[in-house]
Amino acid sequence: MSVKTLTHLQRLEAESIHILREVAAEAQKPVMLYSVGKDSAVMLHLAKKAFYPSPPPFPLLHVDTTWKFQDMYKLRDKAAADAGMELLVYQNPEAKEKGINPFDHGSLHTDMWKTEGLKQALDLYGFDAAFGGARRDEEKSRAKERVFSFRSANHRWDPKNQRPELWRLYNARKAKGESMRVFPISNWTELDIWQYIHLEGIEIVPLYFSAPRPTVVRDGLVLMVDDHRFPLKDGEEPVMRSIRFRTLGCYPLTGAVESEAKTLPEVIQEMLLTTTSERQGRAIDHDQAASMEKKKQEGYF
Amino acid sequence: MTDPIYKTDALIAQDIDAYLETHQHKTMLRFITCGSVDDGKSTLIGRLLYDSKMIFEDQLAALEADSKRVGTQGQEIDFALLVDGLAAEREQGITIDVAYRFFATEKRKFIVADTPGHEQYTRNMVTGASTADLAVILIDARKGVLTQTRRHSYLVNLLGIKNIVLAVNKMDLVGYDQKVFDQIVADYTTFAQSIGIERFTAMPISGFKGDNITAPSANTPWYTGPSLLPYLEEVEVDATTDQEKPFRLPVQWVNRPNLDFRGFAGMIASGAVRPGDEVRVLPSGKTSTVARIVALEGDRDVAVAGESVTITLADEIDCSRGQVIVAAKAPLEVADQFEASIVWMDEHEMVPGRAYWLKIGTQTVSASIAQPKYEVNVNTQEHLAAKTLDLNSIGVANITTDREIPFAPYAESRDLGGFILIDKMTNATVAAGIIHFSLRRASNIHWQATDITREHHASMKHQKPAVVWLTGLSGSGKSTIGNALEKKLARMNRHTFLLDGDNVRHGLNKDLGFTEADRVENVRRVGEVAKLMTDAGLIVITAFISPFRSERDMVRGMMQPGEFVEVFVDTPLSVAEERDVKGLYAKARSGQLKNFTGIDSPYEAPESPEIRIDTTALTADEAADAIIARLIP
Repeated sequence: MSVKTLTHLQRLEAESIHILREVAAEAQKPVMLYSVGKDSAVMLHLAKKAFYPSPPPFPLLHVDTTWKFQDMYKLRDKAAADAGMELLVYQNPEAKEKGINPFDHGSLHTDMWKTEGLKQALDLYGFDAAFGGARRDEEKSRAKERVFSFRSANHRWDPKNQRPELWRLYNARKAKGESMRVFPISNWTELDIWQYIHLEGIEIVPLYFSAPRPTVVRDGLVLMVDDHRFPLKDGEEPVMRSIRFRTLGCYPLTGAVESEAKTLPEVIQEMLLTTTSERQGRAIDHDQAASMEKKKQEGYF
Repeated sequence: MTDPIYKTDALIAQDIDAYLETHQHKTMLRFITCGSVDDGKSTLIGRLLYDSKMIFEDQLAALEADSKRVGTQGQEIDFALLVDGLAAEREQGITIDVAYRFFATEKRKFIVADTPGHEQYTRNMVTGASTADLAVILIDARKGVLTQTRRHSYLVNLLGIKNIVLAVNKMDLVGYDQKVFDQIVADYTTFAQSIGIERFTAMPISGFKGDNITAPSANTPWYTGPSLLPYLEEVEVDATTDQEKPFRLPVQWVNRPNLDFRGFAGMIASGAVRPGDEVRVLPSGKTSTVARIVALEGDRDVAVAGESVTITLADEIDCSRGQVIVAAKAPLEVADQFEASIVWMDEHEMVPGRAYWLKIGTQTVSASIAQPKYEVNVNTQEHLAAKTLDLNSIGVANITTDREIPFAPYAESRDLGGFILIDKMTNATVAAGIIHFSLRRASNIHWQATDITREHHASMKHQKPAVVWLTGLSGSGKSTIGNALEKKLARMNRHTFLLDGDNVRHGLNKDLGFTEADRVENVRRVGEVAKLMTDAGLIVITAFISPFRSERDMVRGMMQPGEFVEVFVDTPLSVAEERDVKGLYAKARSGQLKNFTGIDSPYEAPESPEIRIDTTALTADEAADAIIARLIP
């Protein structure tokens, strides 16, 4: 019998599909959190493969902050339609009412729109399992995260009380009100993600590719002036710079890099030659030491 | 800072397409590093990340700052800080869980399972080893083969890892002395053979200084073997040999987009599959042929072990999640009794006889574990007598499942021979298990079919059999209500039998005490007796405290649907204690009586009983009437 050596991407793909199917088989009401970034794009692509010829048997949920890049909103709606999946968009009504924004409210912006918004959306629809595109290589506290991450009825994550995961056997049993966050691409690295996007021809937001865009520089971060809500200071003028993004979030919180990489191979090339890690462009991690771990315990994805 | 072979900036800068092409053909190796707190494990992993250029400048700057602040290496870089993750652990200076690290070279992507070295070690190491293709066992050159080394090796071997690297670390601290290295290798060889490890590769290294990590070190000219990283890049992975075994596909999900398509999705555990192959579905035994291997990018000609696929069959045969599609000519064994090694992973000790969920492959069944045949002392590998297993202990025991399941011995297949046990109440994963073999008893003891059926027995008595299961605290009134109920039923010409807790303990169960395990066995036997009595057509009334939900649910599962009527005799503890008809509460309070329900042993109230009797509101007669109203509508 001929032996076919599986590549690392084939093994990663097979593992992710196995995880997606396991949740579809065992959870009562799963949902896929879709943030429109490159990791979400890969996760959605894997879901299409896992359930073909059926559409993935769960909806997509975007926990919106109203502060994402315009290009992200465009791709979001298109990607859901292409996959034949229902798209649910949730915005925390309290944050909306109070006009919470990243310019005036600092970390409260993330707390209310994302952390609280996510909990509210999961409770509202009664989802008992939510797929997320987090990877273990992103941040040190993520390295210990389980693939099936168990959350109490009030969405808390207890790092000392997680279930051991052996072989490919995931324990998805839970009491009423409890839920799981499931991370199908836990074992992928940033390079794996880019290579897979390249190999499979997955559509991603154009912001990952370099183009001249209006920018201002604040606290060392190059920020894109994506819409009229960006409050310019006295004398501040947006400057056109050739920039792209390594990671996408709320536009006022996401730093761009100056770049000429206009194609996928060029982006990968730049990533491999670069000397700073992916999350550096995100303001959220620098708030306090071990900030991600703290946010996770509170229910942040 | 880095060896040239792992530094590929030139190719990346000059020809990114060629680089991507190379990297798309990389393979993957998952390995585990085993060592104790001071063996330099985190330092070694940090060194591998550093040398394979997985560390970015901002991380390096943070690392240098952290090294000076909390590092243990003076002014030098403390690589261990790269891999110590959670805040609480960083303060204590230890890692407490399994963490996964990633790095890649030209040839391979690596996933490293990093496990800590203290009392939770067995549980974490077994978890990390379960997915590993290879194990790196670290030894401190100054200390040689220690108890921990033996423990790590035993666990690695138990989990079936065939590729073992013995990394003799901290060679810099013994002056790179060949004699030290040779002595350690000789000691280890003797031990390894004694526990059945067939081969291993030993290397003298220094994670801290970088000797023999990426390239041969000038400090060890006497060593001519491979360096660690090149070895990890080249070593053959077991996964490819899985393809040569017979085809096995545990069905994970049935894909039914419409009436015309029925696909069976799952990850191939072993072998390969092509359209036209003859297959058999287990445990039903039905056969068919593979019609298509369906994929988003188009149908495929072949799929192999380790791939997640969707296949369709030529015939419409029953097949659902948990069943296994296998090569028709090489089917799997099917059984319901096994001998297995069990690694206990929960704070609450194992309860022999209790029903747990057993998940193996893609199926979950109910299973109970017998009292262990022995426990293994993980440090000395001695066999010890054991009544149960507690956290981090390993033993061998027989397991009985509630139905026959297809399986393979673990030595043949990790996917079809490894299982987890799940507590039915807390849903915690309480144990990992490894099937050795099936017990022949399952196929040798057949159910004797009798000509006078249970329906016949029941119809002669003009009644529907049932078990009225009275549960509640000691002194709650179970026996009183049971007695009243039986008298009323007798007056209605119903054939009944009352099984009373105290009475049964005088005979059938007089060998049992009041420990958790004995209480479980007590209820199990009563359940079996009650079941036989329902076969005889009787209405059985039982009056037992039966404090645990698991066992009441187990008995419910033994009966025909609808024949089990759980009656919760609900009396507050204070009321039962005040009554104290037998004087037992007083004894328990004074410490003369141990494991007394409600005092120092828990009572798990039913969540949804068929009937709840509030004894503070109803008399025994009224309670009996309420039960009859439900029993005989």
